[in-house]
Amino acid sequence: MIVEDALLLAAAALVVLAVVVLYRAVRGPTMQDRVVAVNVLGTKTVVILALLSAALDVPYFLDIALVYALLNFVMAVAISKFTVDRGGVM
Amino acid sequence: MTPLEVAIVALLVGGVFFTFVTAVGVIRLPDVYARAHTASQTDTLGAGLLLVGVALAIGLETTTIKTALLLAFVFITNPTAAHAIARAADEEGIEPWREDQ
Repeated sequence: MIVEDALLLAAAALVVLAVVVLYRAVRGPTMQDRVVAVNVLGTKTVVILALLSAALDVPYFLDIALVYALLNFVMAVAISKFTVDRGGVM
Repeated sequence: MTPLEVAIVALLVGGVFFTFVTAVGVIRLPDVYARAHTASQTDTLGAGLLLVGVALAIGLETTTIKTALLLAFVFITNPTAAHAIARAADEEGIEPWREDQ
């Protein structure tokens, strides 16, 4: 029981921290600041999904977390590549 | 509490602490390069600790492989994405923050 409670508490703490990071995504003076904030938010979402999968015993949440991690990486690289004039960001 | 539960709770506390450090860094640090640095390092470590905790909590099943895969993937892609963002910022001509400005 204590493990489930700890997992749910960690997920709740991550939701609060995600709301804090959202401030930078809204405010952030440059485009890259927003991309950094959204990237951190995506990582937090992946971890929250994994925590909920273990706490609530829903195995398919891990599949969703995997797909979300892939899309998050592709999103960050794509926005980085297309906000500069001449490619080459990797 | 069994030793396994102690290990899981310790990993979760460590992961939440490093995620908290990430949130503070993204909000408080002065420019985009410093923020990309905190996003690549502390966020990767925090996510890694939390995912190891999840893997221990699930136990030895087939779904644990997915957690390990997720862990390896986060460890590879998170610093790469931060590098791409920082390099895009450099090509946009954003000046690094300096204390004497």
